[in-house]
Amino acid sequence: MNPLQKETPPVLVIRASRGFLRLNLKDVWAYRELLYFLVWRDIKVRYKQTALGAAWAIIQPVMTMVVFSVFFGRLAKVPSDGIPYPVFAFAALLPWQLFAFSLTESSNSLVGSQNLITKVYFPRLVIPLASVLAGVVDFGIAFLVLLGLLIFYGIKPTAAVVWLPLFVLLALATALSVGLWFSALNVKYRDVRYTIPFLTQLWMFATPVAYSSTLIPQPWRAWFGLNPMAGVVEGFRWALLGKSGGPGGLLWVSVAAVLLLLTGGLFYFRRMESTFADIA
Amino acid sequence: MVQPMNDIAIRADGIGKLYKLGARVRYRTLRDTFVDVLTAPFRARRNKDSATDATRTFWALKDVSFEVKQGEVVGVIGRNGAGKSTLLKILSRITEPTEGEARIHGRVGSLLEVGTGFHPELTGRENIYLNGAILGMKRAEIQARFDDIVGFAEVAKFIDTPVKHYSSGMYMRLAFAVAAHLEPEILVIDEVLAVGDLAFQKKCLGKMREVARTGRTVLFVSHNMTAIRNLCSRVVWLQHGKVNRVGRVADVIGDYLKSSSDSVTRLEWPNFAEAPGDEQVRLHRVSVGASDSERVGVVTVATPLTVEVSYWNNTADVTLNVCIEVYSLEEMCLFCSFDSPRVRPKGLIRSTCELPGNFLNDSTYQFRVLIVRDAGTIILKHEGVTIEVHDGERSVPYYGKWTGALRPALNWSTEVLSETQEMENVTADF
Repeated sequence: MNPLQKETPPVLVIRASRGFLRLNLKDVWAYRELLYFLVWRDIKVRYKQTALGAAWAIIQPVMTMVVFSVFFGRLAKVPSDGIPYPVFAFAALLPWQLFAFSLTESSNSLVGSQNLITKVYFPRLVIPLASVLAGVVDFGIAFLVLLGLLIFYGIKPTAAVVWLPLFVLLALATALSVGLWFSALNVKYRDVRYTIPFLTQLWMFATPVAYSSTLIPQPWRAWFGLNPMAGVVEGFRWALLGKSGGPGGLLWVSVAAVLLLLTGGLFYFRRMESTFADIA
Repeated sequence: MVQPMNDIAIRADGIGKLYKLGARVRYRTLRDTFVDVLTAPFRARRNKDSATDATRTFWALKDVSFEVKQGEVVGVIGRNGAGKSTLLKILSRITEPTEGEARIHGRVGSLLEVGTGFHPELTGRENIYLNGAILGMKRAEIQARFDDIVGFAEVAKFIDTPVKHYSSGMYMRLAFAVAAHLEPEILVIDEVLAVGDLAFQKKCLGKMREVARTGRTVLFVSHNMTAIRNLCSRVVWLQHGKVNRVGRVADVIGDYLKSSSDSVTRLEWPNFAEAPGDEQVRLHRVSVGASDSERVGVVTVATPLTVEVSYWNNTADVTLNVCIEVYSLEEMCLFCSFDSPRVRPKGLIRSTCELPGNFLNDSTYQFRVLIVRDAGTIILKHEGVTIEVHDGERSVPYYGKWTGALRPALNWSTEVLSETQEMENVTADF
């Protein structure tokens, strides 16, 4: 007897999807190895044929920090909650650059994977997800520099540091939620590609990277959390630099905003998924 | 006898796929959508009968139903644009059908291209893992078959070299090798045999036969009837997005080959007044076909062809000659040929041209007609006729698409200059 016929194989029904679509996250889980290989490919390929290699992961945030320290810290004398300005800025730049990079990569990910989308089936969610996750390695490298800065300035993290991974997760979730919308829109409207550099730039100024959220008057401060990256950045400073008080209400607003955006993004992406191969 | 359900591997039931014309041609920008929205009311008024809606969409597939049993190897044939690739894309879940449904019993692996997702910067080893994962293999599966894949591709020496340094032959071999070791229950393949050199071709075909023998179900699209004949037991013939016939290979292929509906091999205008041209010259007849007019059946690459151009010359004693330009499907002029310019009397004139057998490839050719005055002025230009040339018997066991616009049989001679066992210290001295 043929071993292939021993058990009744699963039946797959192919038909037009209509109405309310389930997210099928189980399907994504089944393709976790592909996710792993795509992340691995992105990391592996990123600094191929560059002279400086992974040093780029350090150069970018460090140079930005230096410029910020000179212009905002020294010249404009932006208050930094009693923390040395370079550390203050760097602790915010790290999650910011993780976010900005992951957002840019994931938004362009579907368009950049046309050759896969039109030739092979797999849950398309794997593509933007892989792009978001691949940003973590650069973040990890730059994080070593932050540790060095902490030692240099003699700052000892408090017990709040255990929350740090959660803030990294929140930054990734924010990048993914926006990336889902943008990557799906980008397949149809290539305008998205030109919007992203501009948007990330504006978004950075709306996020307390170069300044502190304490500049915002109190009754409005929690609403500042509608920008989820404000919650991430403030959370980072709180967890690492032992900034007193913690992000408080602002953080919860951020978490709620991300959850809303992410759920919407997942459903939108799922809805558009079936058209990607036809219009990519 | 009623077949039990689990005997069926693929059941397609009324599958249709509607495409919007132009949707694939160019991506949209937001501006286009704005323009569409703004002009929509005016457009609606202009075309009340919504005829434009029907012309801007087309059914790539319509009412496609068929069944494939477990362990069967079924070929899908049809001309370009018949919907073969769309069907495969639907069955491999790359795109959704607009209507109808397909039921698939078992794990599907689809191979619409070899080397999907290969990254030039990664090494052969890395690409095997990446490509394997993309094709749906588990890491453990890839690991278990790794040595087989490398052995099959014959690239062991370069396995840790980035594939951008591979020759195109090595690249294709590696790509096919990964695909060939994909072992799903149902395999959907699009014309991927056409890779590599002759020896590798043979190996691929052997591998395909092996796959078919292990009881796997295979759906195989090809233009190549020789390969279809060799591999498949049944075929589905698609025509203009519909199933024209399903049946045993021997029954369907003959009819398929004879139906050269795409080619117009003969045009004739009986009246001077209505024929294309002007008052100087007008065409009477243009035709292309097998030189042996007794011959019935299919024109193959081996068939000698005759092109005939008859025209009325309305000016006495003018120097004329006929020129034919042969175009490929890609609108590329392959060559042109003309008869000698001579002084022609007023009247009906016929020029014929012989094309030897074993000269054209298996493709569709267009023969455009020019009539030239005084060996330099084109006085008539016509789209002419087209003919589809089919593949014939081949003298070599190679079933891939024969590359090139033409397939001339040329004279070759090969001789052994010296026979040596050790190659180390050999110099070529005579």
